[in-house]
Formats: sequence, structure tokens, C-alpha cells
Amino acid sequence: MEVKLRIRRFNPEKDQKPWWGEYTLKDVEKTNSILELLHRVKWEQDGTLTLRRSCAHGVCGSDAMRINGVNRLACKVLIQTLNADRTIQVEPILGLKVVKDLVVDFEPFFEHYRSVMPYFVAATSTPTDGRERKQSPEDRARFDDTTKCILCACCTTSCPSFWASGEYVGPAAIVAAHRFIFDSRDGAAADRLNIMAEPGGVWRCRTIFNCTPACPRDIEVTRAIGEVKLAIQRGVR
Amino acid sequence: MENVHHFHEFDAIVVGGGGAGLMAALYASRSVRTAVISKLYPTRSHTGTAQGGIGAALGNLEADKPEWHAFDTIKGGDYLSDQNAADVLAKEAVEAVVELEWMGLPFDRNADGTIAQRRFGGHTNNETKKPVRRACHSADRTGHMILQTLYQNCIKEGVKFFDEFQVIDLVFNGDKPCGVEAVSLDTGQVHVFHAKAITFASGGWGRVWSVTSNAHSLTGDGPAIVWRHGLPLQDMEFFQFHPTGLYPLGVLITEGVRGEGGVLINDRGERFMERYAPTIKDLASRDVVSRAIYLEVQEKRGVNGREYVHLDVRPSTVNRYLAEAGEDRRIDEQYILEKLPDILDFCHTYAGVDPVKEAIPVAPTAHYAMGGIPTNVNAEVLRDGKGTTVPGLYAAGEVACVSVHGANRLGTNSLTDLIVFGRKAGIQMAEYCQQADFIPLPHDPGRSAVVALEQLRKSSGKTKPHTIRRRMQQEMMAKVGVFREEKMMQEALDLVRELKEQFQNDLAIDDQGYRFNTDLMEAWELGCLLDVAEVTAASALHRKESRGAHSRDDHPDRDDEKYLAHTVAYPRNGTVEIKYDRPVDLSLGYEPKERVY
Repeated sequence: MEVKLRIRRFNPEKDQKPWWGEYTLKDVEKTNSILELLHRVKWEQDGTLTLRRSCAHGVCGSDAMRINGVNRLACKVLIQTLNADRTIQVEPILGLKVVKDLVVDFEPFFEHYRSVMPYFVAATSTPTDGRERKQSPEDRARFDDTTKCILCACCTTSCPSFWASGEYVGPAAIVAAHRFIFDSRDGAAADRLNIMAEPGGVWRCRTIFNCTPACPRDIEVTRAIGEVKLAIQRGVR
Repeated sequence: MENVHHFHEFDAIVVGGGGAGLMAALYASRSVRTAVISKLYPTRSHTGTAQGGIGAALGNLEADKPEWHAFDTIKGGDYLSDQNAADVLAKEAVEAVVELEWMGLPFDRNADGTIAQRRFGGHTNNETKKPVRRACHSADRTGHMILQTLYQNCIKEGVKFFDEFQVIDLVFNGDKPCGVEAVSLDTGQVHVFHAKAITFASGGWGRVWSVTSNAHSLTGDGPAIVWRHGLPLQDMEFFQFHPTGLYPLGVLITEGVRGEGGVLINDRGERFMERYAPTIKDLASRDVVSRAIYLEVQEKRGVNGREYVHLDVRPSTVNRYLAEAGEDRRIDEQYILEKLPDILDFCHTYAGVDPVKEAIPVAPTAHYAMGGIPTNVNAEVLRDGKGTTVPGLYAAGEVACVSVHGANRLGTNSLTDLIVFGRKAGIQMAEYCQQADFIPLPHDPGRSAVVALEQLRKSSGKTKPHTIRRRMQQEMMAKVGVFREEKMMQEALDLVRELKEQFQNDLAIDDQGYRFNTDLMEAWELGCLLDVAEVTAASALHRKESRGAHSRDDHPDRDDEKYLAHTVAYPRNGTVEIKYDRPVDLSLGYEPKERVY
């Protein structure tokens, strides 16, 4: 089948302002992903089209973009899930500065991630028998959902509160905090909850719910944020 | 022309931000100034796609010991594994996995709170010969958890990162490495990093082949760079084709599916692995299973006459075979949902299949490089088959050939390798940096890299990189794949050389800018792929036997008289010279035997 793509383009070395590039591709299979179509544009028609990608199967988190107005990973959207009779529109994710075409500046995103102590701080001393710390399957399950995050920024850049203020750490950073706050082996929940209670923290969330459907890993992001809010008020668990 | 304006100095540089690189950086940064240079944000690295588990003989669920793990690794490697290296891997795996847990890695747990383990291909109880639960896992995203945990610990320890900096060359002063050159993707400018010690941890090169589980970024940059400086590459013909790539894309479907009880079924509904590996059947090592699928397809027993078979993990099927085997264990739908959530997602997204209700279409996919930059067990890069080291240069992870994996890697051993040998590289770099001085940079460092890159940027031929890349990938898939023979490999080698010429003389680059020029960097990566493909085809052509992943129709048997040695390929006058001058280490005393599963 034939597919038309409308892609937001901007090259700071050449362009005064962004523009829309229109591309027609023939012999598209319904099982092709948007990433494959973008590659075909880049490889067959215009090598200057710029995007990030790596694993191409939804695990590395490189190719978050706005596809028909919704944040998705380009490699996880197949043509058969879209109405291919209409032009497919592809834009960079919102709320982060565009570097070139579909590539945005991820530094502010990772800075927020780093700000929430996204690392394990052991609650107990290292076992002296040289073996693992024990954790019950139930305690492990408590934070399973938030361990799935791949830092693609689909959630954060779909959040109106983040668009309104880049000072907000955003859903992805809260997911990272949640993963450790609810880990029974971790001893720094109070510190993270203090960070979460700061002005740029969790109270900027207005429970708009954009983040949850945006997540390509099916993390219940809004629920995780809610659990962090509750933990600030009532303590963990 | 742009000059080099950006200079940095660190004691230790790590090239690559995957599992091996981050592990090396964590260890080195404890005592010396260390930086990681990665062409991706580290969390995008391919370690994150590893699914089923990391092998370590913890023995949490049943009897197991490192000696068995070592033997399984050697047997899996078709006796090309260095036995001293397999010994180090298996012994240090236990403390390495425990250390990951201490770093916070959220492993799945057994009822008693210990790390959960599952079965994987080729891992056995050496006494009963039955599969053993050795793969420590976190659902089916073990690699993701490892990558995240290591990156998180790097943040905790303040490791310095240069993200989206692509290393394009090593800097040598005479024959001594003293730094690297890297392009900042954001600005397009070349930076020179002066260092005492450098570890390559840049991963594999599955993109040489057209059907692969590998990320687009896996283009063999590391081996191509050292090769261009006259250093050898080892065992390059041994590239693993994973038996269960999701058809037709090649996305990896973990061996853990079979570890949980899934079985391979042909068009006639036969569990055909019973014929190829009567004892452990679907859990035979990967080369054996890939060849079996290939043969089934060749015998017209592919599903619907196509080039794939079915991987069936429906509870009814699994339970039937468990009962047949006299096992008490039974699984249900909920169990599959909990143990293999990502697999269900991949199958649903890319094949429209629900594995709980339908069988999964699978075919072999190019997956893992057993060969690479030769090192010893301390991750020190070797200059020749005699074991002469290159002071200050290290390699770890998939890019390195220690050789642990020999002619065929066992599932879960890639993650074990990253952690064990990444750590070795970090420790060795730290020790080296504390006693070594900086070797001065040569005159005008980085100049040659800038010139080469400018030449590439100004390419004004007619052939797009994609055209060359696709021809190489299809040729290598058809002729240097699961089955091989002389004439086909020679044709592939000839074509790769022709494509190299075309790349040199007739390349077309659309983007001549500097900012985030992925057109340029993809072309540069294609140059690496072509070099690696040439060495791979030449190495394959020379080894006139079948061993592990290297399977020849014209030489179907293993020949231990002639080939119980590593293939060492040297760059000589623009071509490839092959020697077998590094004998296999047999120090554990396991004599090569016929491999039966």
C-alpha cells in the first residue's frame, strides 16, 4: 500500500523555523512500523532526516515521538494500528528543546531523573555470608511495575504540568523514585519523599492521566504518582 | 577545515555504556579519574534487551556448582572455549550476581526470599545430565534490570559520562595507545580524550546480517577501530544465530520460553528436537537448535511451507510434555503472564500472536559475536597469538574474545561475561593507571580523524549507504549464516570487497552539516560493518571444519587435529591473513568429546 507521512522538520544550521516535510512511500506492508517508514524516508529519499533509534523493538527507549498527536515509540507503532488512508503525522515530543528534526535535548529530562536519588541505598549492612539479601516475592512485587521504566520520556513529555513548567521533575522521575521508595531493601525512602515534597515535586501533578496511556511499557504511572503522594502524607505502605 | 579544539584528560576511558562498560567504569572510578564515552545514552545500550537470565551456580533451587557451569560452557562452546577463562567465568559468576543484588538489582524471588532461577539451554546437572535451574532472572527483562542498576550506581558514584559521543578512532603514540577521538553528535566536533588506559566495551555487530536481534547501533565500531591499527581479531567466524527470532523481524524470543517448558513444533505437529537432542531436547545449545530448525525448513517441514517453525508455550502443550516427562510441575496462563510479560508484548505487537493461546512463529536470527578483540582473562588486549599484551588497552563484553564462549555461547553467559570481565577490566585499568604515566599525545592528535570524517562528509558519489549496507546484509545472511560452504563464502567475501570499493569511491551523503549528523555517522558505521564482514567471511572460509556456530556442508565434522586453536586474523597489506597461532587452553583437563545433548 501507499502511505503518506508528514514530518516536522527543523535543522538549526539551515532553517529559521520548523517546517513540514511530506513524503510518499510505496509498497508499505501493514506490519511495517513507523520507525521502518522513517528509515525508508531517510535511506531512500532524504538522508538529512534525523531521529534517534536503537533496538527497534520497544526496549531501549530511544525513539519516543508524537505520532498523530500521541506520544509513542516509533518502533512499536505498526501501520495496521493506524488509519493509513490519512497522512500520518510525526513530530518531536513536546516540552524539550528540539535539537534537529525529531531529536530533542534530553539533558533536562535526565537531570530530573538524577535529582530523585534514583539508586539503591541499602537499609541493612551487606550480608556477611557473601550471599544475597532476602526479599519475599510479595515485597518484590510491591514495586515491580515501576522497574519496567525505560526512560523514553513518553510520559513526561505528554504531561501538561511539565509543559507548563520545566521545573517539575515529571512523571518519569517520580516513577524512578517510586521504584526505590517501595523497595523493602532500601533505606532512603524518607530522603526521596522529601525531594518529592519540594515545589518541583509530586504536587505539581494534577492527575491529568496523560502519562499512563503514553507509557509504552504499560506502567500505571498515575497510580505510582498517587502512591508517592500518599506516602508523603501517611508514610510508606 | 575544522580543527580539533576540544581536549580532555582522564586516567581511564571506557568506550561504551552497556553492562561491561558500566561495570568497568564503576570499578575504575573507585580509584582513578574515569569517563564513559557512549554513542547512545547508556540506558539505550543493548544489554537492556537481554531477557531470560544471568547464569550463576547459586544452587538456590537444586544442587549446582561452578564446576558444572564451567564444563557446560566449554561443551557449549564445542571445546573452543579457553578452559581457564570458563573457570573464571563460572567461579566469579556467583559473587558477581550476588554483588548485583547488593547494588539493588530487583531479581525475582523464591518463596524463601533467595534469587529465583530458571532453566536455560545447555545448562545441566553434570551427574544426571538433566537441565538445571541456573539462570537468575528478573521476569523476562533481566538485561534491562542489570543495565538500569549499573547506570543507577554510576550516578550514585558520580561517574563522568560523555553521552552521545561516538568514538571514531584510537590515538597511538608509536605503538602505544594514549587516547581516543570522539565526535560529539550534538555539535559534530571532534574531541580528543587523553588517557592512560582505555577499555573497549562497545558491543557486537549483528547488523552485518539482514535478520538480527541486534540494535541498529551494533555496527562493530570497536573491532573495526583496532583492526585499522594493525591489531588482530579472533574467532570472527563464530557468530551465533539464536534459534528463536520472532518471524520475520528477528526480534529475540528468549530461550527462557523453552526454559519455562515451551517446545518447538514443525508443520506436522512434531516436537522435532526429540530427534536432534534426545536427552535435553528443546534445551540443547543454540547452534544445535538453529541448525535443527534450518534442516526442518529445508525438509519442507516449516510451518505452512514457510521458513519458520512454531514455538509453543501454551499451558496445555507445556503441561502435556511435563506430564510425559514425569514432572510434577504444571503451569497456567497467569504463570506465563508473570514470567514472560515482555515476550507476550513483542508477540502481540509484531506478530499479532497471543502466546497463551497460539504458537509463536520463530526462525534463527543473528544474535551474538563469540569472536572479537582477543584478550586474556584479565581483559588485556592481545597483539598476537602468543599472548603479547598491548599495555593500557582492554576489552570486555561482547566486543572481546577472551575466549569464554568458544564456538557457541550458552544462553545467560553473555550477561555473566559482561559483569565478570567488565569488572576485571575496571580493576586492571585502576591498577595500571596507578603505576603508569601518561604517554604524550602525538603531534596534532585527532587530525587524521577530522580529515577522514571530512572526506566522508563530502562524499559525492551516487550510491546511498543503505544500498551498500542492504547488499552486504543479504549476502552475509544467505552465504555466511547458519550453514556455509566454500563457494558461497568466497562469493560473499568477493562481494564485500566490491562493496568496500564502492563505499570508498561512490558513496552519496545527503547531510553535509555538523549538528546531529546521523547520515554521516551511519555511513561511518557502514565502513566498520564492511571491515568486520570481510574479516568474518575470510575467517569462515579458512576454517575447513564444522564446530559450534560455524557449520559447513562441505566439511561437516569437527577436526580437532587441525583446528583446536583460535582463528587469529591479522590485517596485512589491505587484506586478511589467517593464523591458528593461539591454541585453546585445556587447563581444566576436559578433552574434546563428541557433543551430544
